Amino acid sequence: MSENKVRIATCSLAGCFGCHMSLLDIDERLFGLIELVEFDRSPLTDIKRCGPCDIGIVEGGVCNAENVHVLKEFRKNCKVLVAIGACAINGGVPAMRNNIDLWDCFQEVYCYEGGLECGQIPNDPELPLPFDKVHPISEVVKVDYFLPGCPPSGDAIWKFLTDLLNGREPKLDYEMLHFD
Amino acid sequence: MSKTITIDGLAVPFQEGQTIMDAALASGVYIPHLCHNPEFKPHGSCKLCTVNVNGRNVASCTMPAVEGQQVLSDIAELNADRLALTQMLFVEGNHLCPACEKTGNCQLQAVAYYLGMMSPHYNHFYPQREADASHPDVMLDRNRCIYCELCVRASREVDGKNVFGLSGRGIKTLLVVNSASGLLGDTDLAVTDKAAHVCPTGAILIKRHGYAVPIGQRVFDHITIKDVQTGGGDE
Ligand code: SF4
Ligand code: SF4
Ligand code: FES
Repeated sequence: MSENKVRIATCSLAGCFGCHMSLLDIDERLFGLIELVEFDRSPLTDIKRCGPCDIGIVEGGVCNAENVHVLKEFRKNCKVLVAIGACAINGGVPAMRNNIDLWDCFQEVYCYEGGLECGQIPNDPELPLPFDKVHPISEVVKVDYFLPGCPPSGDAIWKFLTDLLNGREPKLDYEMLHFD
Repeated sequence: MSKTITIDGLAVPFQEGQTIMDAALASGVYIPHLCHNPEFKPHGSCKLCTVNVNGRNVASCTMPAVEGQQVLSDIAELNADRLALTQMLFVEGNHLCPACEKTGNCQLQAVAYYLGMMSPHYNHFYPQREADASHPDVMLDRNRCIYCELCVRASREVDGKNVFGLSGRGIKTLLVVNSASGLLGDTDLAVTDKAAHVCPTGAILIKRHGYAVPIGQRVFDHITIKDVQTGGGDE
């Protein structure tokens, strides 16, 4: 590991990991990227706690207490924080539950026929406390950059990251800017 | 002899009675707008079309063109205001584009793309708004309504029906329909009505047409709203 490589951390909060999949979609350019950066906490490294980093990339919104802890740790450790994808930026698809009572949601998922747990709502102290609404990460911490898309394309992520790594203000071409 | 105004230094001809917006659209000059549609009387509510005329900010869709007006439109200061207004529209409703049938064909989203909106910036309201699936052919999802009154105007001016209306004021404004039950299915709205087809967002959708064109091949996926509305962008 080189001393002067840019350190990047990534995590997924209330999201589907699609943005991380899209990160892998930058394909063979990953080899070029790995020359420039090294990963701290990320599903790629399986490191559980974030250390001091240059760039933190957060996928997913905030839907429970654990999300807040992870997000605050990222903010504390990362010089630049990037919200990637619709969920991190406005709650995304998980925020579709914001207009439904949380208890009704749980019943629908776990209790009714075809549900997951056949009449039992999981109740383990290990499980993070759910919030009644899903929030964008900017409502919890300061966010420096937003990269929209559901998910943003590999090309959009590449353009964004290379702009950032080269000290340019990230700028997407028209066809790379998508909310879907 | 036609008269002229200038918009961002460009001479734009107009006929007596035209607004600045009318003159601009006729000359292929794009001024961002959401509540305006040249087929209907202006409404002047979204304020996205705000331009600077001889030093004063006015809505170009309601301001009559007058000989010699110096109009500024495509300038950083006004585009920043337009971006802020667009962001407010996003947080005041529930706009979850990835789960919206209209995505890629939506004018609100397209204006946001045009203005380079990377996030809604403001804290979300997540208002509680009702969807109404009672009509056999038309879906009404108030989560996406931006209160532009285009459906109201289309129903009144073209269909002669008064199916839609806005009730309440300010943040309490609500899109209502004209039936005793308050349900769209109990109005005389027909799927062929103009009002069913003018919504710039995904608030009024025709049922069973959802994904006829895949995401990625829709209008604004490739062409900016500026080019769509001015017929440009071919070069
Ligand atoms: S109406 Fe437009 S802006 Fe709103 S969710 Fe649908 S696509 Fe997005
Ligand atoms: S339903 Fe559509 S056309 Fe009607 S006011 Fe709302 S956004 Fe405008
Ligand atoms: S287009 Fe003029 S105010 Fe909406």
